[in-house]
Amino acid sequence: MDLDDTPDQAAYRAQVRAWLDQNKGSAPVLQGEGALTDEDEIVAARRAWQGKLAEAGLAGVTWPKEFGGQGLGPIEQVICNQEIARAKVPGILDAIGVGMLGPTIIAHGADEQKTRYLGAMLHGDEVWCQLFSEPAAGSDLAAVQTRARRQDDGTWRLSGQKVWTTNAQFASYGLLLARTDADVPKHKGMTMFIVPMDAEGVTVRGLRQISGEAEFNEVFFDDVALDDGAVVGGVGNGWGTALTTLMYERVTIGLGGEGMGYNSTRFAGAIAGDEAARRDPEVRHQLGEIASELLAVRFTGYRTLTALQKGQIPGPEAGLAKVTIVNGAIRAGDLIADVLGPDALDEDSDWAYMISFLPGLKSAGGTEEILRNTVGERVLGLPPEPRLDKGIPFSELRSKEGAAA
Amino acid sequence: MNLALSDEQVFLREAARGALSRFKTVEAAREALDSDQSALPDLWPMATEAGWPGLLIDDAHGGAGLDVFDAMLVLGECGRVLAGVPLLGHLPATAILGSASAGGDLLAPLASGEKRAAYLPAEPPGEIESGWTCDPARGLARAELPTVGADGTVSGHVAFVPDAPGADVLVGVGLEDGSPVGFAVESGAAGLEVEDVMRYDATRRLGHVTLSATPATVLDASADDLASAWYLAQALIAAESIGSVETALDVSVAYAKERHTFGRAIGSYQAVKHSLTEVLRQLDNGRSLLYYAGWARNGSPGEFPLAASAARSVSSRALDYAARAMISVHGGIGATWEHDAPLYFRRAQLSRRLLGGSSGATDRVAGELLAGASA
Repeated sequence: MDLDDTPDQAAYRAQVRAWLDQNKGSAPVLQGEGALTDEDEIVAARRAWQGKLAEAGLAGVTWPKEFGGQGLGPIEQVICNQEIARAKVPGILDAIGVGMLGPTIIAHGADEQKTRYLGAMLHGDEVWCQLFSEPAAGSDLAAVQTRARRQDDGTWRLSGQKVWTTNAQFASYGLLLARTDADVPKHKGMTMFIVPMDAEGVTVRGLRQISGEAEFNEVFFDDVALDDGAVVGGVGNGWGTALTTLMYERVTIGLGGEGMGYNSTRFAGAIAGDEAARRDPEVRHQLGEIASELLAVRFTGYRTLTALQKGQIPGPEAGLAKVTIVNGAIRAGDLIADVLGPDALDEDSDWAYMISFLPGLKSAGGTEEILRNTVGERVLGLPPEPRLDKGIPFSELRSKEGAAA
Repeated sequence: MNLALSDEQVFLREAARGALSRFKTVEAAREALDSDQSALPDLWPMATEAGWPGLLIDDAHGGAGLDVFDAMLVLGECGRVLAGVPLLGHLPATAILGSASAGGDLLAPLASGEKRAAYLPAEPPGEIESGWTCDPARGLARAELPTVGADGTVSGHVAFVPDAPGADVLVGVGLEDGSPVGFAVESGAAGLEVEDVMRYDATRRLGHVTLSATPATVLDASADDLASAWYLAQALIAAESIGSVETALDVSVAYAKERHTFGRAIGSYQAVKHSLTEVLRQLDNGRSLLYYAGWARNGSPGEFPLAASAARSVSSRALDYAARAMISVHGGIGATWEHDAPLYFRRAQLSRRLLGGSSGATDRVAGELLAGASA
C-alpha cells in the first residue's frame, strides 16, 4: 500500500513539471495582482493557453495519438491535473469538450467528423458546449423534447430549448441530444447532433444564479437547419451515445472534487484565526465531522485511481463521493459563516461565492435523489421503482402523465 | 499509487473469515445477554492458531511483524460477526511493549498467545485538554492517569478497559512527576484489582482496573510511541465497526429485496433505497479512512493521529446509522430479540462510548487540523 508514483509515472510527472516551470510565465493570470477582468480577454487568453498546453501534450492526455492526444492512461491525466494545480496556472478552458464530448465523438463519430472537429477542439480553436439538459429533462434526461425533423432533402430542422449550458456564450459547436422519433418509447427515439452555435436560429441567453453571476446559459433553437453530416452515432442511437458522455462526466467529477478547493485544510484555516471558535465544542465537533468526511473522499479518490490503474472503470458508486463533497462543503460554508458572521457573505469574501454556488451544485450532473436511486439499483441491486414510461411511445406519455396525476 | 489489498492481505482476510465462521458468534452474543458472558465461545485458541496475537510483534520476538492495516483487516472480520476476540486490548499493548527495551522479555509468550495482554487506554494531550487523560467511570470530565512512584509502583484507576478481565499483562501509561511513562503490570501483582464490567453488549469484555502501589515494570517507550498506541486502538475499533456495518448493510439489502408491501419490494421505495445508499456512502467513507490510517501509520506518521481519529469518527457514525437503518428496514421484527439487528445496535451503542468516545475522536480531528492551520 503506497501513494507513490511508479518509476514511469514519476518520469512523466517530472516531464510535465519541467514544462510548466518553464512556461507558466505565459499563463493567463485570473486571480490576484494583474488579473484579467474583461470577459472576452479572459476567454481569448485561456484559449491561447489551452493551445500551448495541447502543443506540449498536456491536454487530451488520454486521447489516442491519431487525434492529437498522448494515448496515455487516466493516471497520467490525473498527474497532469495535479501538476497544473501545483503550478497555480489555469487548466484548459474547454474541459467539457476535451474531457467528455471529444471522447464521445472518438467513440461514436464518423471519420470526417473526427478529422474536422477534434484537432480544433483540443487546441482551443473551437470551444464546445454540451446541449443535453432541458427545462423538463434533467434527472430524466431521456425526456428531451427538443425536436429534430428530417426534411425531404435529407437535412434536418431543429427546434427547442436547452439549459444549464456552460460556455455556450463563446462556444463554436455544441453536442446536442434531440428527439427524432416521438412514436417510439422515449429511450429509442433520440439522435445526437453537432450544432454550429453561430447557425441562424440559435439564441444564447445567460442564466444568472444565486451568486448573481451567469455561469450557465439557456440556448434556444428556432427552426435551425442542420445537414445530414451533423448526426453523431446514427439516427435513433442518441441515448447510447449520450451514455458514453455521461460515463466520462462521472470520471471527470469523481476525480475533480478536491480541485475545487473543498478540502478540510482550507476550511479549518478559515476558522483557525478565531480564538473563541477554536475553543468552542460545537464548532469543533462540526468541523471534525465535516473534515473527516472530506478526508475520506480524498482517499476514495486514491482508491478510484488504484482501480483505474488496474484498468477498471469507476462505476456509479463514484457518485457518492460527489454527494459527500457537496454536502460537506455546504455544512462547511454554514459553519464558516456562523463563525465569521455577515462578513462571510460579503461579495469580496472567500466564502460568499461558494455558499451561493453549492445549492445548485447539489443538482449538477444529476440530482442527489436520482444519484441515490442509481447507486441503490446498480450497486446495491435494489429493485427499480415502477415506471409509467416503459414501452410507451414518447408522444403518448404526456397524456399518461396527466391521467396519473 | 496503490491502495489495493496485496494477495497476502486478501488471504489473511479470507482466512480470518473462514476461521470465524466455525463459531456461532452472533447467536452467542444473544445467549450471553440472557445468561452471562461465560456463554461466549473462547476464541483465543482459534486466534492463537491463526497467529493473530503476534500480528504486530516483530519476528525476532516470535510475531508476524505485520502492519496496522493487516491487524485492521482481522478486526474488520471480527466486527462482521460480532466476535469478541480480545485483540482490541491485546494489540495496542504489544505495540507499546515492542517499542520499549524492557518489553522484549514479555513479548514471546504474548506473540504465541500463551499469554494475553490488555491496553489501559490513555489519551494524549490535545488543544483543549493539555494533559494526558483516561476514560472516567462516569460523566463527561476526563479522568487522571495513574501515577508512577519513585519506587516503580503504580497507583490509580482506569475505567472501561477493553479485554482486561483475564488478561495476563496490563500495559498502560502513567504519570511520573507529570511526564508520561509506559508501564506493564502482571496479573496477580499486589494491589491490582480488575472488576469485570458488562455494559449492554455482552461480546465486549470490559474491566475497571484499580492499581494500589502495584509493582510494575517501567517501560522506556517514547511519548510518541505511547500516543501512537491510543491512535492504534482508534484505528482498530474503527475497522471493527466498519466490519459490522458491512453485515448490517448486507442483511438490510437482502431483506429490502424480498419483503413486499403494497405489491412491490420495499427496496424499490426511495425512502428505503436512499436510506440504504446512505449506509453505503458512510461505509465507503469509513473504508477509505481505514486505508488512510493504515497507510499513515508508516507512510506519514505525523498524520496518523488525524487519520485514525477521522476513521474512528466516521466509522462510529456509520455503525450507528447502519444499525438504526437495519432495524427500521426490518420493521417491528428488527427491534425484537428474534432478530440480529438489536445485537448490532447494542454493539454500536457501546462502541461509540469506549476509548474516549467517538465524539472525542471527532474533536481530535478538529484539533489536529486547527493546530496544523495555525502552525
